[in-house]
Amino acid sequence: MNDTTQSSQGVGLVVRGLRKSFDGQEVLKGIDLAVRPGEIFVIMGPSGSGKSVLLKHLIGLETPDAGEILVNGDPISAPETAAKYRMALVFQSGALLNSLTVGENVGLYLAEHRLKPPAEIERIVAEKLADVGLKDVMHKMPAELSGGMKKRAAIARALVIEPQLILYDEPTSELDPVSAVVIGNEILELNRRIRVTSLVVSHDRDLAFGVADRIAVIAEGRILTVGTPAEVKNFQDPLVQNFLTADFKRAS
Amino acid sequence: MFRNIGEIILLFWRTLLALPQTWRQRQKVFDQFFEIGNASLLMVCVLSFFIGGVIALNFGPVLVEHSMASVVGGVVGLALAKELAPVMMAILIAGRIGSAMAAEIGSMSVYQEVDALRTMNINPIHYLVLPRVLAISLALPMLVVFSVLVGWFGGAVVANYNHLMDIPFRVFFANLRDIVELQDVANGVFKSFCFAVIVGVVSCHQGLTTIGGPRGIGRSVTKAVVNSIVLIVIFDYLLTRFLLK
Repeated sequence: MNDTTQSSQGVGLVVRGLRKSFDGQEVLKGIDLAVRPGEIFVIMGPSGSGKSVLLKHLIGLETPDAGEILVNGDPISAPETAAKYRMALVFQSGALLNSLTVGENVGLYLAEHRLKPPAEIERIVAEKLADVGLKDVMHKMPAELSGGMKKRAAIARALVIEPQLILYDEPTSELDPVSAVVIGNEILELNRRIRVTSLVVSHDRDLAFGVADRIAVIAEGRILTVGTPAEVKNFQDPLVQNFLTADFKRAS
Repeated sequence: MFRNIGEIILLFWRTLLALPQTWRQRQKVFDQFFEIGNASLLMVCVLSFFIGGVIALNFGPVLVEHSMASVVGGVVGLALAKELAPVMMAILIAGRIGSAMAAEIGSMSVYQEVDALRTMNINPIHYLVLPRVLAISLALPMLVVFSVLVGWFGGAVVANYNHLMDIPFRVFFANLRDIVELQDVANGVFKSFCFAVIVGVVSCHQGLTTIGGPRGIGRSVTKAVVNSIVLIVIFDYLLTRFLLK
């Protein structure tokens, strides 16, 4: 593929004793995790289990009440860590800036930090959009894209940073099954191609077992288990099993 | 309330600290500036003409009745330059532009666009707040100068054509020139600059602190306009006291 993406290399992530409360209600109750460099790590759990709050801590959008987050051993809260490592978050909604075109969104990081001249930015943007299978959308507005296309554009925007860690927040939510598979394959392909560490937060069981090297199951602000997909499937805990096996009850 | 005031002061301070970024953000400042001009110029024109006319209509006949027809131009001129144009235009801009700023940034906050900027290491104060506050601070004083001129013209037209006054344009403007000094207009423009900063910072603050979906955006817009107007009136008194010295 291209030079810019091949230069990325995944980083390791360690979370120790992470706690967070909002208005007296404890959302994260002591989270411990270790994500290995270059792996696809999925944090899976039901709605309201604290997944998205955890993700916001991992990218530095929230400050924990207690505990620490280390990127390759460096605390994420230190200003030099942000400069040292490149991390990107793909938001659940895509979070493309509605007032900018898709191309301007994807190239925003490079343009705002004046890292490349405009012609070079345009070339990189076209390249990243092509990497995620989007063509002829550079001059369109985000409102003109479908949900799946928005998410792929958001992934392209993340790729421009040449990330060492990509965090995905519910990447398949609000998508039809085919688009969800396309996004899942995109995550696998990126991981294979650039060995970026990928941390996916999702309640989509198909996605989790389809892409993960390892899975953590979170419920009520606590990690219940961490392991390979096979290990998690066999983990005998009522909460985990309830989440993994819940199905419709039709009369036979 | 005190927390809100503290946050607004903090945002104002951070915007001041971001001033060295002005040259870098100049394109956004110009874009915002022209958007403000486009959105308000016609309204400013209509509003100012009729404000000038109403002042002439209210005071003119009384002054004429007391044989003071020659001071109508001065009364309209001073009222507009020192008080009405800055305050009315600031209120108009708070409603027209401040609300739009709060809604736009509020929507960006709710739909995680502001968070997306932060994850790309782009400071929302540099990217969103600074261009808007600078643009409104440039645009409002200019609109006030325009408003003063149109308002004077409106007052002159009413004073001339109203049968209770019949004051010729020449007399109206001669008296206006005698009574209104450049310092009076400058004071009004200075006040409008302060009001512009208030509207810009308050509206951006409301936008950035928006939570809770479309209802939250609506709440922020209302708060931005109401808080701006309250602060404009309070600061109008304080600035008038300060400028009278």
